[in-house]
Amino acid sequence: MAHAHPVKRYTGLMDWLTTVDHKKIGILYLIAGGFFFLIGGLEALLIRVQLWKPLNDFVGADTYNELLTMHGTTMIFLAAMPVIFAMMNAIVPLQIGARDVAFPFLNALGFWTFLFGGLLLNLSWIAQAVPDAGWTSYLPLASPTYSTHKGVDYYVLGLQIAGIGTLIGGINFLVTIINMRAPGMSFMRMPMFTWTVFITSALILFAFPALTVGLVALMFDRLFSANFFEVSGGGNTVLWEHIFWIFGHPEVYILILPAFGIISEVISTFSRKRLFGYSSMVFATVLIGFLGFMVWAHHMFTVGLGPVANALFSIATMLIAVPTGIKIFNWIFTMWGGSIKFTAANLFAVGFVPTFVMGGVTGVMLAAAPADFQYHDSYFVVAHFHYVIVGGLVLGLFAGLHYWWPKMFGRMLNEGLAKLTFWTFFIGFHLTFFVQHFLGLLGMPRRVWTYLDGLGFNTMNLISTIGAFLMGVGTILFIINIIVTAAKPKTAGDDPWEDGRTLEWSIPSPAPEYNFAQTPLVRGYDALWKEKMDGNDAMTPAEPIGPIHMPSPSILPFLMSLGLFIAGYGFMYAENEWTGIMHDLFASHAVAGAGLLITLGCMVVRSLKDDHGFHIEPDEITGKGVKA
Amino acid sequence: MSAHSHLDGQLPHEPERATLEGRNKVLGFWLFLGGETVLFGTLFSAFLALRDQVGDGNPTSQELFKLSLVAIATVLLLTSSLTSVFAIQAMHRNQVKSMQLWLIVTVVLGLGFLGLEIYEFFHYVHEGHKFSTSAFSSSFYTLVGFHGAHVLFGIVWISLLIGQVYRKGLTVVTAPKVYVAGMYWHFIDVVWVFIFTVVYLMGKVG
Repeated sequence: MAHAHPVKRYTGLMDWLTTVDHKKIGILYLIAGGFFFLIGGLEALLIRVQLWKPLNDFVGADTYNELLTMHGTTMIFLAAMPVIFAMMNAIVPLQIGARDVAFPFLNALGFWTFLFGGLLLNLSWIAQAVPDAGWTSYLPLASPTYSTHKGVDYYVLGLQIAGIGTLIGGINFLVTIINMRAPGMSFMRMPMFTWTVFITSALILFAFPALTVGLVALMFDRLFSANFFEVSGGGNTVLWEHIFWIFGHPEVYILILPAFGIISEVISTFSRKRLFGYSSMVFATVLIGFLGFMVWAHHMFTVGLGPVANALFSIATMLIAVPTGIKIFNWIFTMWGGSIKFTAANLFAVGFVPTFVMGGVTGVMLAAAPADFQYHDSYFVVAHFHYVIVGGLVLGLFAGLHYWWPKMFGRMLNEGLAKLTFWTFFIGFHLTFFVQHFLGLLGMPRRVWTYLDGLGFNTMNLISTIGAFLMGVGTILFIINIIVTAAKPKTAGDDPWEDGRTLEWSIPSPAPEYNFAQTPLVRGYDALWKEKMDGNDAMTPAEPIGPIHMPSPSILPFLMSLGLFIAGYGFMYAENEWTGIMHDLFASHAVAGAGLLITLGCMVVRSLKDDHGFHIEPDEITGKGVKA
Repeated sequence: MSAHSHLDGQLPHEPERATLEGRNKVLGFWLFLGGETVLFGTLFSAFLALRDQVGDGNPTSQELFKLSLVAIATVLLLTSSLTSVFAIQAMHRNQVKSMQLWLIVTVVLGLGFLGLEIYEFFHYVHEGHKFSTSAFSSSFYTLVGFHGAHVLFGIVWISLLIGQVYRKGLTVVTAPKVYVAGMYWHFIDVVWVFIFTVVYLMGKVG
């Protein structure tokens, strides 16, 4: 039955460029996301250096606007999302007992479009035309009238290309979770992380196309003189705000839900207890996802939509506190009476809970529309969203990375260094952002490059800057930990924490290329824990050992994304001040056309050429597999 | 995962769902169409918000739109949706020749629609209704143009599939491709029904 199709298998760099293995793609996402995290972090530090004393002139106002815009954009789209995708790729197929994701080829395509979109955006620094209209890119500030250089074009096209990758990833994980679960893995037996990824993917699917349209409209305004947001031509700037936040609010739940999932796994494992209130956790996740689409206008309370709209969006926003509160209590009750082990991963998870509650409480405060008129555009808002995104998501990601590191790389991170990472980052975080609540209440406006002396802002800004550097130290400690760990032998066992509850801990670390030599039979929630409690050493297989079919590697995803990257540059520089052949090539849209042709050509090749894949024979299926 | 166990004879009853890859493809495509719905929904919202912003001296929708032309285009596209159903029914009966014939008819009707739309756009530009004229014109061309681009993509896609089935025959690999292309074609047909109503009929009346 399994006749051999010869398949070219690559090594070295070509292996990484052509891989369709979700575990390797997860590692690629982690490297690229980590890289952009460092860039965004550096931008944050420069912002804090500028603000450490009144009337500082470390950077000019223009540079400050660029740093601020790129910090927000990079952190949301190019650091947070990819690291979430890294965890999704590395863990979700293992947690549901699948050999692969539903669309391995598209998975690779999603990664490469994200990377090329992110590179395009950041190359704006080299082109000296950096986006400077804020990460929300409000109109008319971002319009061709008021933003005359190509900065916002980089924003529009970079995010457009990266957004394609995110959308593809969302669809891929929805289908994977619906269609590829192992026998017995019913929806209500799925691990909590998989559940949150499922809901996050649905949010991606229904939120990102709105951003696509918004970016297209802004691009048409800027490149082809359309009038969507051009008031002189009848356009409407509030329209952009609606479109942006119809995407943008679900986006914050896209970010935080996977962190909720990670926290649920880590706290349950290290409390050595079943997650308290599993079904209510699932229900709360679905409800948050649903309500996440109903609240976008709470970003626009001061626009003047009227008291009825403000009241409705205010109430809808406050409602979200209910399912979120359910989650907080469930985590606390999971720890209650458990035999808790304070590993570094668990420290991050436990530190997450009170930090996120603080972010949630200020969220409810901001949800009260009349009060929001006071908080709006002040540092209070900055403190709030950093508490939920850094104190929530980033602590969650750190917890997940420390927890799953052995499963991804086969090596345990150094616990001592990891705990030091936690304490420096955690204390640094609170130093940085706690005082910003009060700066905001005192009236310090966000997004302004400096402030006057004698307003009572000085001490708190200094504390904030010191805290930011402490977070920087924490990040460096984490990188040192990675380097130290990488030098050690791969000794992590299948279940290195010894209390693993879910399927990923039933297979070797790192997981072999085919994940499961035999698809496991799932007999209950916390599938591996159940077998342990029943006195079994391993999962019951659901099938005999046989040849395993694998998809072939392919360079096409890389080339398709490269084509989009070239096309992006082509459109952006169709209007340029160059001379000679370069001018003609760009002005005639030849470069843009060539880029699109590469992408479409690759799609045709992909459609016409059947991918037969290859088989891994039973005698090859031995202990350890994929090289990390 | 024996997607590629080549055919020894009879094709299964629903070849598009015979393999896990096929089922993934069909489900993934349904979800993709969900995302496309949001995409067009946002475009419709933008158009509805801006359609009265015509500007002084520019042609209004009442002056521009010729319903007879649009009605012919609508008939062409609706009919092409029907013929694509015939193609999928032929596929389920394993009649490859008939399937290809209906797909060709679908493509020809789609080309007819696209030709009329291009003529229409040229006519409008001639009337002074350019892309950059007003917020109404920008949102009109973006919405209707996005749909037109989808039709063009569908024509190229289905044409390539006709060639592919001609070369490889109908298999559990090619059948899901034809099936999702059919889904796509229905989707752009449904979008057109909304465009015809919201853009043209409401533009003529309201």
